[in-house]
Amino acid sequence: MAWFKRTKDHGLKTVKIPEGLWVKCDSCKEIIYKKEIDRNLKVCPKCNYHFRINANERVKLLADEGTFTEINPDITSADPLQFKDSMSYAERLKDNQKKSGLKEAVISGKAKINGHDVVLVIMDFAFMGGSMGSAVGEKIVRAAELALEEKIPLIAVSSSGGARMQEGIYSLMQMAKVSAAIGKLKDAAVPYISVISDPTFGGVTASFAMLGDIIIAEPRSLIGFAGPRVIEQTIKQQLPDNFQRAEFLLEHGLIDMIVERKDMKATLAKLIEHLKGA
Amino acid sequence: MGYYLEFEKPIEELELKIEELKRLSDGKDIDITAEIKRLEKKAKDLRSDIFNNLSRWQKTQLARHPDRPYTLDYISMIAEDFVELHGDRMFADDPAIVGGLGKINGTSVMLIGHQKGRGVKERIKRNFGQPHPEGYRKALRLMKLAEKFKKIIVTFIDTPGAYPGIGAEERGQAEAIARNLMEMSRLRTPIISIVIGEGGSGGAIAIGVADRLYMLEHSVYSVISPEGCASILWRKNGDLKTEDFSRAADALKLTAQDLLGFKVIHDIIPEPLGGAHRDPEGAAKNIKDTISKAIEELKTKMPGKLIEERYRRLRKIGAFLNGTQT
Ligand SMILES: [Zn+2]
Repeated sequence: MAWFKRTKDHGLKTVKIPEGLWVKCDSCKEIIYKKEIDRNLKVCPKCNYHFRINANERVKLLADEGTFTEINPDITSADPLQFKDSMSYAERLKDNQKKSGLKEAVISGKAKINGHDVVLVIMDFAFMGGSMGSAVGEKIVRAAELALEEKIPLIAVSSSGGARMQEGIYSLMQMAKVSAAIGKLKDAAVPYISVISDPTFGGVTASFAMLGDIIIAEPRSLIGFAGPRVIEQTIKQQLPDNFQRAEFLLEHGLIDMIVERKDMKATLAKLIEHLKGA
Repeated sequence: MGYYLEFEKPIEELELKIEELKRLSDGKDIDITAEIKRLEKKAKDLRSDIFNNLSRWQKTQLARHPDRPYTLDYISMIAEDFVELHGDRMFADDPAIVGGLGKINGTSVMLIGHQKGRGVKERIKRNFGQPHPEGYRKALRLMKLAEKFKKIIVTFIDTPGAYPGIGAEERGQAEAIARNLMEMSRLRTPIISIVIGEGGSGGAIAIGVADRLYMLEHSVYSVISPEGCASILWRKNGDLKTEDFSRAADALKLTAQDLLGFKVIHDIIPEPLGGAHRDPEGAAKNIKDTISKAIEELKTKMPGKLIEERYRRLRKIGAFLNGTQT
């Protein structure tokens, strides 16, 4: 419960790169020339802080140029609960579509990574905090089914506040649905690599993100089940340094490795070669 | 006398009056006897009036009622020869999840459930029914044991959620839940799950991937609590009030009746008038009848077909649009 809170709170404050020529790094507070950050894959050249990137930037980073073919681009959310707060869920969806230029919080497709066929699933935190509702769940399951059918690796890059509150029980059930689909890949020995980026919480961590045959995280990404604010309120103690950072997860044996953005594609290619090769 | 929720108070008043009269009466005073009869009927009508018109927020409170029977209460009423098994074999035994072997109608089954405590000491010991990763890992260990020895699994869901704490994160709360979801989807033995109280999000579904999913009449099951939902939506407007929780509960549509309407659950198990806590034996009997029927339906299914049907059922859950078609 309450995984969503974090999307708005200090633990996971949105790191937006403002328009303009200069940018203040959220981590080291240095003022840096924006083009320098862009050239550096949106990683701070001073402190190696990995700024959040959107789904399309992620595709460019991982897929061989021109090889990404999107699948199921038209799957979007319905509003099964007729959920309404200050704004109806239907309006909120439209709003997020306009803001992010995406139809949903995940894009999926076939691509090549250094020549290897893969199915790519990429979440975008900019669309309703990357939350998982029915449309996201369905797109992930279909991507897994395609990987299974074609016996090619599934690579999922997550970034999410968790399950999508506005779809109630339907969102919760997506956790079981996507986990069951990943289970089918395991039975068929089709590789599944989970790449976790900042931030990933709740029902996404507690389903496909932690089920990779291999789990990779970007440096300093915040990753967990419950959000830091909820934990702090529950235990009424200060949280330790580095709590829920990628480095903390590595130390506790929960992920295989931390890989910098610039090395991600080569690392994935190497792993695919190992898993698929002789 | 037990604990009465705000909306149960009118019933409490009547019941106290009836008791008072019963104490005064020696059974010979015809007037008093008639009055008792009249009040008893009134109490019954009042109860059915209140319980047939519960709001979603009232049902949420009922689902958390401190007198409501918990997993071990039901196990003691429906199973014979129960032997509790402990520990995840890795770190600890989590008292917030219990499990073990017991017989239902002469058949050995694996019974697993969240366990809340009664009274301050036990509540703390059970961590208010909020498991740590080792609770989920114990549950999975017992489920694998059941699979190996071809035992049907019955799970009881009753938790506010998985515990949000430092140790829980260090030991992989998310991984433990995710693994259970995946493994339960392909366990080669039948799984029957019943929400008996609170179905609190990921911490609930982590033992709830099943061939048959039921909810007690006054239980709730949701992706987030009404309080959590209200806090996200309206906290910025100042302190939250009961109406906010009530609005959130209505928005979330979290009752057994809602979920049956969504076809997320198979059926609703009726509770005795006034709720399971007013007649635990009656509630237990209804649960046992439902489990017995489900066992009959599932016990002869071949494992391959069983997990294929389980997958297909999960696969279908979702409401989305695909271009123009829905
Ligand atoms: Zn920096």
